[in-house]
Amino acid sequence: MPKVLFNIWRTNSSGGEFQEYKTEITEGMVVLDAVHQIQAEHANDLAVRWNCKAGKCGSCSAEINGHPKLMCMTRMSDMPEGKPVTIQPMKAFPVIKDLVTDVSVNYKIKKRIKKFKPRPPDAPDGTWRMAQGDIDRVQEFRKCIECFLCQDVCHVLREHHLHEKFAGPRHMVYTAALEMHPLDTEDRTRDLKDGHGIGFCNITKCCTNVCPENIHITDNAIIPLKERVADRFYDPLMKLFRKFSK
Amino acid sequence: MAGQETHSYDVVVIGSGGAGLRAAIEAAAAGVSVAVICRSLLGKAHTVMAEGGVAAALSNVDERDNWKVHFTDTMRGGQYLNNARMAELHAKESPLRVRELEAWGAVFDRTDDGRILQRNFGGHKYPRLAHVGDRTGLEMIRTLQDYTIHQKVDIFQEYTIISLLKNDGRITGAFGYDREKGLFKIFHAKAVIIATGGMGRIYKISSNSWDCTGGGISLAYHAGASLIDMEFVQFHPTGMVWPPSVRGLLITEGVRGEGGVLRNNKGRRFMFDDIPDLYKGQTSTDEEEGWRYTQGDKNAKRPPELLTRDHVARCIMREIKEGRGSPHGGVFLDIAWIKEKISNAPEHIKRKLPSMYHQFKELAGVDITKEPMEVGPTTHYIMGGVQVDADSQMTTIPGLFAAGECAAGLHGSNRLGGNSLSDLLVFGKRAGEYAAKYSRETTHGKINEDEIKEISTWALAPFQRGSAGVAENPFQIQTDLQEEMQKLVGIVRLENELEEAIKKINALNERIERVSCGGNRGYNPGWHTAMELKHMITVAEAIARAAKERKESRGGHFREDFPQKSDAFGKINICIKKDPAGNMEVKQIPKPKIREDLQQIIDEMK
Repeated sequence: MPKVLFNIWRTNSSGGEFQEYKTEITEGMVVLDAVHQIQAEHANDLAVRWNCKAGKCGSCSAEINGHPKLMCMTRMSDMPEGKPVTIQPMKAFPVIKDLVTDVSVNYKIKKRIKKFKPRPPDAPDGTWRMAQGDIDRVQEFRKCIECFLCQDVCHVLREHHLHEKFAGPRHMVYTAALEMHPLDTEDRTRDLKDGHGIGFCNITKCCTNVCPENIHITDNAIIPLKERVADRFYDPLMKLFRKFSK
Repeated sequence: MAGQETHSYDVVVIGSGGAGLRAAIEAAAAGVSVAVICRSLLGKAHTVMAEGGVAAALSNVDERDNWKVHFTDTMRGGQYLNNARMAELHAKESPLRVRELEAWGAVFDRTDDGRILQRNFGGHKYPRLAHVGDRTGLEMIRTLQDYTIHQKVDIFQEYTIISLLKNDGRITGAFGYDREKGLFKIFHAKAVIIATGGMGRIYKISSNSWDCTGGGISLAYHAGASLIDMEFVQFHPTGMVWPPSVRGLLITEGVRGEGGVLRNNKGRRFMFDDIPDLYKGQTSTDEEEGWRYTQGDKNAKRPPELLTRDHVARCIMREIKEGRGSPHGGVFLDIAWIKEKISNAPEHIKRKLPSMYHQFKELAGVDITKEPMEVGPTTHYIMGGVQVDADSQMTTIPGLFAAGECAAGLHGSNRLGGNSLSDLLVFGKRAGEYAAKYSRETTHGKINEDEIKEISTWALAPFQRGSAGVAENPFQIQTDLQEEMQKLVGIVRLENELEEAIKKINALNERIERVSCGGNRGYNPGWHTAMELKHMITVAEAIARAAKERKESRGGHFREDFPQKSDAFGKINICIKKDPAGNMEVKQIPKPKIREDLQQIIDEMK
């Protein structure tokens, strides 16, 4: 069986550096398997966050050869042959140790989004009626596993560090799921414009490209939300009126 | 307390899966102070992996369903070792709990008239599982998570509890550390709820998440609580078998519920060859009728692929053992064949089973709309756990509660699919309610400083041992335990193998005295595993000892040397407790008496 060279980011007192490890790769292995093997064989204290190893919990996000991915869903057989595999923590979040980052900001942002507020039940037994066709798009958003890869790759957060001003793609998807929920009666449009900074997104679709659940973040969540904000606050007729009255 | 941060709460919930979050919500609603301790990040617990659905007799799809049928199905599935009162409460309350989730924002799949859709599942007489495609667990945990963050609940993420605290026979709190810095923390509490889930990670082939190490069961045991039914481990019939690195990963029973069939390498649907007497009346012997059942024909009987999990798992083992298995040591599960029946089959499959499609495509390079899957049994669930009072979920220790997979009683000797998610909700709520009530009626107990010192010293010992000479690698011991459990305490069990297993587990227990770890205390998986081994080994020993004690075959427990059911063993639960000398004591206790009216329901529906 072939041994493959890995360059894994290890933190140390002066920040951190890549360390080389070699481990044997067998059929079907994913990158997370290799990291575990290295942990067991060479580096018991190598920090990596993981839970399900089935692409369902969204814990093992990292950057593999520079690409934001889930380590558990990245097969070794898809890595370029004969080249070392580089693994580093998500860049948009502070590093706690090695491959583990501090993603707590995401939990804080979510708490600021107004919660679900259903209309009164439709039937005397306290239940509601919803057509499958009306919930399909909400169900797409609710597939999100909160891996935060979209937050990692979004340049507003990654390059410009505007976590305080822009809620980021994950939270746009979350807001969209609430706003488009057939039972919801809350209004989050002003928050989207002001507190959550939807205007910062310039629809480069980087988030959509890395989503392991293939959620059409930009097209199905962010753009419709932008339209709601535009309809409310930037109505074109009003704009026209303002222009001519100058 | 010197050097250690102390947090004080009325109720502390250990575990943030479905049961833990539901308990926390209920306790907070009662107005007491509540903390939830998550071993991982919030929303990542093993509940997220549940696929098929949550069982509740909503009777949205088949109006003949009601709590009595659900109750009877649960009892039959558990071969009547269940705590009947728990099965009653579960069947009666699960519809309320499911509707409540909808009020909190869950978006279940719908019927044509806009109500919650329900699907067929093994052992359930009528379509009963509310679901969201094949990602029901994700929907459930996200709904509970998003609801909890707006309640008065303090959430501690990436904290691990390593011991419960006791004084004068009652619970005083819990002791643990935060993963990031590795600093010890004391949680001073009037009541503690254990909601730590299962133990699949003590086996080599498992569908379970990293977190499922049996921690809470062991915490309760070491605090002196009784465990019951530990011999009953559920091996889910359909785990992935290829490639090796994903071996054990779950394939939802929903595949069979949607019409998927099991075949051996001769192409035969072998499930027709062995239908147990208990299910003869409600199982079809005709392939065509079975298909009609999966498509909602109310007059059709269910196909044998939808028999209970214990039975299907054993039939698969038989096929493999007798040389009729698939190339990688499984059998074939085929959903692609339904293209003979419906025109848009590939789209239909992708829509009903999106995660399964994705999982096979990404991890095995198999398109399940075109070719069959290779499947084999995988360790999935433990029916046994901490013994609790049916109504309040209090354990045998005052102030200590348990709910969800780590608690025992509801499922008897075998759990029906879908009854786990409903278990979390029903008994999570009850645990929260009664723990809050208990905490109101009591004051904080005094923390025993000596106990804290003792645990801290034990916890830090792996750092003192260094890496020279006889030092043990924690990951190696973990792997060895998994190998032994898989080999000796698996689906098919034998007296001498169980004896050997106990010996091997004791030897591992000695090795953990020499386990060492390097690095520092901050986010150190080696240290974490070193401490966790004690819990894994405790639970492994409890399973092996209980399995040796039960000399019969029933539900998830199959003894090759005692292949039949025994009436005598049908009347008892195996109870495990730590004796005063610190040894594991195994006792047979009479199972709880069933109320007459409940017995009558069972008899009427036989």
